Amino acid sequence: MADVIVIGAGAVGAACAYYAARAGLDVTVVDRGPVAGGTTGAGEGNVLVSDKEPGPELDLALLSNRLWRELAEVADFEYEPKGGLVVAETPEVLARLEELAGKQGVEHTRVTDLRDYEPHLAPGLAGGVHYPQDAQVQPMLAAARLLKAARERYGSLRLRTGVTVTGVLTSSGRVTGVRTTEGDILGGAVVNAAGTWGGEIARMAGVELPILPRRGFILVTEPLREPLVRHKVYTAAYVTNVASDSAGLETSAVVEGTPAGTVLIGASRERVGFDRTVSLPVLRRLAAQAVALFPALRDVRAIRAYCGFRPYCPDHLPVIGEDPRLPGLHHACGHEGAGIGLAPATGHLLAQVLSGERPDLDLTPFDPGRFS
Amino acid sequence: MSAYDLAVVGGGPAGVAGALTAAQAGLRVALLDAAPRLGGQYFRRLPETFHATREAALHHGLDRFLRQSRALRSLADVLLEHRVWAVERHGGLGDFVVHAVAGDREERPVTVRASALLIATGAHDRPLPFPGWDLPGVLTAGGAQALLKGNLVVAGRRVVVAGTGPFPLPVAAGLARAGARVVEVLEANGPLGLARHPALAASKLGEAAGYALALARHRVPYRARQAVVAAHGDGELTHVTVGRLDRDWRVVATRTVECDTLAVGYGFVPQVELAVQAGCAMGHDLDGSPVVSVDAAQRTSVAGVYAAGEPTGVGGAELAEVEGRIAGHAAAADLRSAVHLAAEPPGTAVHRPAEPPGTPAHWAAGPAGLAVPEPLLRRRARLRAFAQALHRAYPVRPGWRDWLTPATLVCRCEEVPYEAVREAMDLGATDARSVKLLARPGMGWCQGRMCGYAVACLAGELPQAPRRPIAQPITLGSLERMTDDPS
Ligand SMILES: Cc1cc2nc3c(=O)[nH]c(=O)nc-3n(C[C@H](O)[C@H](O)[C@H](O)COP(=O)(O)OP(=O)(O)OC[C@H]3O[C@@H](n4cnc5c(N)ncnc54)[C@H](O)[C@@H]3O)c2cc1C
Ligand SMILES: Cc1cc2nc3c(=O)[nH]c(=O)nc-3n(C[C@H](O)[C@H](O)[C@H](O)COP(=O)(O)OP(=O)(O)OC[C@H]3O[C@@H](n4cnc5c(N)ncnc54)[C@H](O)[C@@H]3O)c2cc1C
Repeated sequence: MADVIVIGAGAVGAACAYYAARAGLDVTVVDRGPVAGGTTGAGEGNVLVSDKEPGPELDLALLSNRLWRELAEVADFEYEPKGGLVVAETPEVLARLEELAGKQGVEHTRVTDLRDYEPHLAPGLAGGVHYPQDAQVQPMLAAARLLKAARERYGSLRLRTGVTVTGVLTSSGRVTGVRTTEGDILGGAVVNAAGTWGGEIARMAGVELPILPRRGFILVTEPLREPLVRHKVYTAAYVTNVASDSAGLETSAVVEGTPAGTVLIGASRERVGFDRTVSLPVLRRLAAQAVALFPALRDVRAIRAYCGFRPYCPDHLPVIGEDPRLPGLHHACGHEGAGIGLAPATGHLLAQVLSGERPDLDLTPFDPGRFS
Repeated sequence: MSAYDLAVVGGGPAGVAGALTAAQAGLRVALLDAAPRLGGQYFRRLPETFHATREAALHHGLDRFLRQSRALRSLADVLLEHRVWAVERHGGLGDFVVHAVAGDREERPVTVRASALLIATGAHDRPLPFPGWDLPGVLTAGGAQALLKGNLVVAGRRVVVAGTGPFPLPVAAGLARAGARVVEVLEANGPLGLARHPALAASKLGEAAGYALALARHRVPYRARQAVVAAHGDGELTHVTVGRLDRDWRVVATRTVECDTLAVGYGFVPQVELAVQAGCAMGHDLDGSPVVSVDAAQRTSVAGVYAAGEPTGVGGAELAEVEGRIAGHAAAADLRSAVHLAAEPPGTAVHRPAEPPGTPAHWAAGPAGLAVPEPLLRRRARLRAFAQALHRAYPVRPGWRDWLTPATLVCRCEEVPYEAVREAMDLGATDARSVKLLARPGMGWCQGRMCGYAVACLAGELPQAPRRPIAQPITLGSLERMTDDPS
C-alpha cells in the first residue's frame, strides 16, 4: 500500500510525486498513457512570472520560478533562464506594461531600444519590459526526468503507465485508493493531477470541479542555423488574452527559439471542447502575428503544428489542496496555460499538506471547495 | 460553387488514371503534384535511356502512361510543382479546399476548390536503420532510382543492393544497365516466397523473371537470407558488413564486401496525411502500414473523398492505375447523381471531419450500382491478391533490431541514436509519440517519414496514421497570405 497515489504523469503529477517522495512518502504514479503524454506533451515550456497579475498566482509563480532553478540542478531538462521580453506597439501600451511591472514588484528592466535585446524585432515598436526571471524548460523531459530522479534518489516511487483510473475507492467517508483497469490500488491519499481531465476524476469521487479545456495551437518552424529569437518574446495583448473570459478565438504572438533550433509560435486560446480539428485560420493568424514581430520569419518554413487543451477553471486559478468534501482526496490540477511553470510550487506545497506541514503559501485561493 | 468538380492530389499512375477517367466522363478536373513532371514514383524516375533498351519491354506501361498524361493535359488543369500542405472540408458534402504552395524560390500560396477530392499521394521509401546507414553513398532504393537519371554519376560505381521484395530488383537492373558494377543483390527473406503463391499474376511473374534475366546477363549474384547489417567508411562508404540471417533476420554469420554505393529497400510507407487531415477512417495493411480505408469504389469514409494507389495499401504501379480509374468512375457517377450534390446547401461553417463511422452510409455494400466497369473490378481483385501475397512473402522481420548499436542513428534529421530511444522508454515512453516527445525522433525536417516505421517498431506498436496538419513545409509568409478564395 502506497502513502500517496498520484493520478497523472504530466508535469504537475511528476512534481507532486517528486516532492512527496522527497518528503519520505511512498508514492505510486498512475497514468492511462505514457509519461508526459497529456497536455504536458502538447504545449510549450515557459516558466513565466511576467504574465501574471499581482495576487496568489504570481506568488505561486515566483515560488515555482525559484524551485525550477533548484530542480535544474537535480535533473537535466534543458532549463534555460533566457528571460522574457514583453513588447508594446504604442507608447500608451508601454505605459500600461510599466505600470503592471511596477505593481508586480518583480525584477524587470524597461527597454527603449528593443534591438539591443532582439536584433531581428520589427522596427516601429514603442518599447518593452524585460523580465530576467522568465525561463524555459523542455516540459516532457522535465516530467520524465523528475520522476526518474525521485525514483533514484528516494527509492520510494513507482511509475505505472498504461493504467487507467476508473473509480475512487472510499471507506467511511475517506479515500482509500483507486480502482483501475489493472485492479485496485490502495493508498492513504490520492492526488488528482489529471490536468484537463481532473474534473472527470473528481466526478468519480463524487465531487464537482469545473475544469474545462481551452484549446491552443502552436506552430513550429524548421530548425534555424543561427538563433533568430533570443528571449521569449510576446506582445502586451498576450497578458489580456490569458486573463480573458471570452470563449471566442484569441491569438497573440508568443515567439521563442528552442535548443533544437526551431522557433515555436503560439498561442491561440479558444473554447471548443476537445476538438482536435486543425483550424487553418488560427495557423494563419499565428503566422501573421509572428511575422509582424519578426519580419525575418517570413521566409522561414513552418514544418509542424500541434494543439493541446489547457485545463482551465472559471476563475483562472488552479485547484491545489485537500478536498474539504472528501478527506484524503487532494487536487493538483486546472493550471490552464501555466501548468509547466507552476508545477514545482504545486508539488512542493501539496507535499507539505500531505506530510501534515503548514504550506509555505496560503492555499485558500486555490481551495477545491471554492466553487460550491 | 466549386471551381472544379474533382481535385486530384498526386500525378503518379493512380492520380493520372483517376483524373483522366473523371475528365473523360465530363468532370472539370485539376491535378496537383509537387514534382516538375508527371509520373510519380515509378514513371517519373525512369531514365530516358530506358526507351531504347530491351528492358523497355518490361516497362511497356510507360508508353501507356505517357499517352494518358498527354490526354490529361488536354482535358484537365495539371498543376505541377504544387506542394499540397493541407486539405480542408468546408461545410458539408462537396466543398473541399486544397491548399498548396507553388514555385521554389518565389513560393506562393495557391488554393483550389473542388466538389470532390482524390488522394493519390503514393508512398515513400521505408528504410530500416543500421550502423552506418547515414554515410554518404548509402541510398534508399527510391534514391538510387533518382540517381539513375544521370548515367555519369552511376557508371563505374561498385554497388550493393539490399532489401526485401521485388522492388529492389528493377533498381539493380537499372544500375547494371547504366554501367554500374552491381556486386550483389541481397534478399533478407527466403528466395522463393514470391514464386510459391498461386495468386501470382502471369504478367508480374514475367516482369520479375525479366529483371532476374537482366541481372543474370550482367552476372549479378542474387543471395537470399542475407542483408547489409552495417556500412563502413571514413566520411564516405567503402565497405559493408553482410550478414547471413536466420528466419527472423538475426545475424548468424558475417562477411565484408567492398563497395562505394549501397541501395537499400525494405518496402514503402503510404503517404496518408492528407486523408488524415480530411478525417478519413484509417486501417492497417498486412505490412503494418496505416492505410486509408476505402469501399469497393475507392470511396473513403468521408463522402466526396476518394483514395487510390499506395495510400490504400502498397501494391505497385499497375494496381495504382486500376484503383485510380475506379475512383475516377465512382467520382463521376457520384457527382452526377443529383442526390449527392443537392443533399446539403453550400456550407459556410468551419470544416469538421466526420467521426470515423462504422460503415459510412455512402459506402457501396457490394459492386452493384458502382458505375464501374466489371473488368476493372476483377483486375483490381487479382492485383490486390498479388500485393497481399507480396506482403506475406516479404515481411520485415524483428531481428533487424539486433543490427543496431547504441550509437546507431535512428532519426537522421534530429540525429537521435538508438540509445536515446531506449532511454526514452526507460523514462516511461510507451509508444512512438511519447518516444518522440522525449527523444525527438521524427521532430525534424522529414517529420518522421524516414524513421517513423522504425521508431514504432522499437516502441513496440504498429505505426499509427501520421497526424501532420502541415503536410509539406510552408513559409510563414505563404501561410500568412493563404486565402480561402480559389485563385
Ligand atoms: C498550446 C499550449 C501551450 C502551453 N504553453 C505553456 C507554457 O508555455 N508554460 C506553461 O507553464 N504551461 C503551458 N501550457 C499549459 C500546460 O501545458 C498545462 O497547464 C500543463 O501541461 C498541465 O499539466 P498537468 O500535469 O496538470 O496535465 P497533463 O500533462 O495533461 O497530465 C495529466 C495526465 O493525467 C492522465 N490521466 C487523465 N485521466 C486519467 C485517468 N482516468 N487515469 C489515469 N491517468 C489519467 C493523462 O493521461 C495525463 O498524462 C500550454 C498549453 C497549451 C495547450
Ligand atoms: C525503387 C522502386 C522500384 C519499383 N519498382 C516497381 C516495379 O517494378 N513494378 C511496379 O509495379 N511498381 C514498382 N514500384 C512501385 C511504384 O512506383 C508504385 O507502386 C507506384 O508509383 C504507385 O503509384 P501511385 O500513383 O500510387 O503513387 P506515386 O507514383 O508515388 O505518385 C504519387 C505522386 O503524388 C505526389 N505527391 C505526394 N504527396 C503530395 C503532396 N502533398 N502535394 C503534391 N503532390 C504530392 C508525388 O510527388 C508523386 O508524384 C517501384 C517503386 C520504387 C520506389
